[in-house]
Amino acid sequence: MISFDTVQIGDELPPLSIPPVNRSMLALFAGASGDHNPIHIDVDFARRAGMPDVFAQGMLGMAWLARLLTGWAPQSGLRRLDVRFMGITHLGNAMRCGGRIIEKLDRDGERRVRIELQSANQFGEKKIVGEAWVALP
Amino acid sequence: MIDKKWIGHVLPESILPIERTRLQFFAKATGETRAEYLDVSSARGAGYADLPAPPTFLMAAELDSGAVDELLRDLQIPLSKLLHGEQGFTYHQPVCAGDTITVRSIISDVYEKKNGSLEFVVKDSRALNQRNELVAELRSVLVCRH
Repeated sequence: MISFDTVQIGDELPPLSIPPVNRSMLALFAGASGDHNPIHIDVDFARRAGMPDVFAQGMLGMAWLARLLTGWAPQSGLRRLDVRFMGITHLGNAMRCGGRIIEKLDRDGERRVRIELQSANQFGEKKIVGEAWVALP
Repeated sequence: MIDKKWIGHVLPESILPIERTRLQFFAKATGETRAEYLDVSSARGAGYADLPAPPTFLMAAELDSGAVDELLRDLQIPLSKLLHGEQGFTYHQPVCAGDTITVRSIISDVYEKKNGSLEFVVKDSRALNQRNELVAELRSVLVCRH
């Protein structure tokens, strides 16, 4: 069990590796998330929009970062999750989500850690960077 | 050009009933396989009232209701030019299956970069449950590329 006292600044969360993005993943996420923008699921639409092919929803990449966090500590301790989308996640990109503790603090009567987040593809290209605050026992 | 007059625009409220089957679908779509996100008794064992909504799930409220589509039409941002720039969540209370969430949003900023080749729209949202408790705050930065 993770606790505030056992984690240190600089500790890395166990990374989460995602299988390469394929069209089925994008179609399923469109339905499950409610984001029906055809640019993620209809190659004809994507090409008319000037893209070489469909590409992943930003929120799919953010959902994977959320899994990194909730796989590490219970979701009930998650206080903030903020990300910036840096680049398009393409078909075939195999994302690796990682996090590192950068601060330990007392806030609002509980003990929290601040975590620096990023997801990058197999070529090391960063696609999402961000931060989370997690309260720990 | 997105008119700055939209700063302060209030979106129609969106009501999202949190349903088990939708959460199970969302888990499948995001590769989530842990029992507390799929199985009610495991979720209860982990201290949740029912299956918990994962951290990014509440985006569904304004997608399902059509509020986002309407906003994009109002601002004349075609889907073919839309990108997601930033997204933030602040969490106050768990959201679980059986809850009904109401999301209310306001456009808090409209600005441009790179001589107007990129335009940005900032949307701030508050999500309340059926007991009128604030469960989460959301901040979205939408980008229109030209």
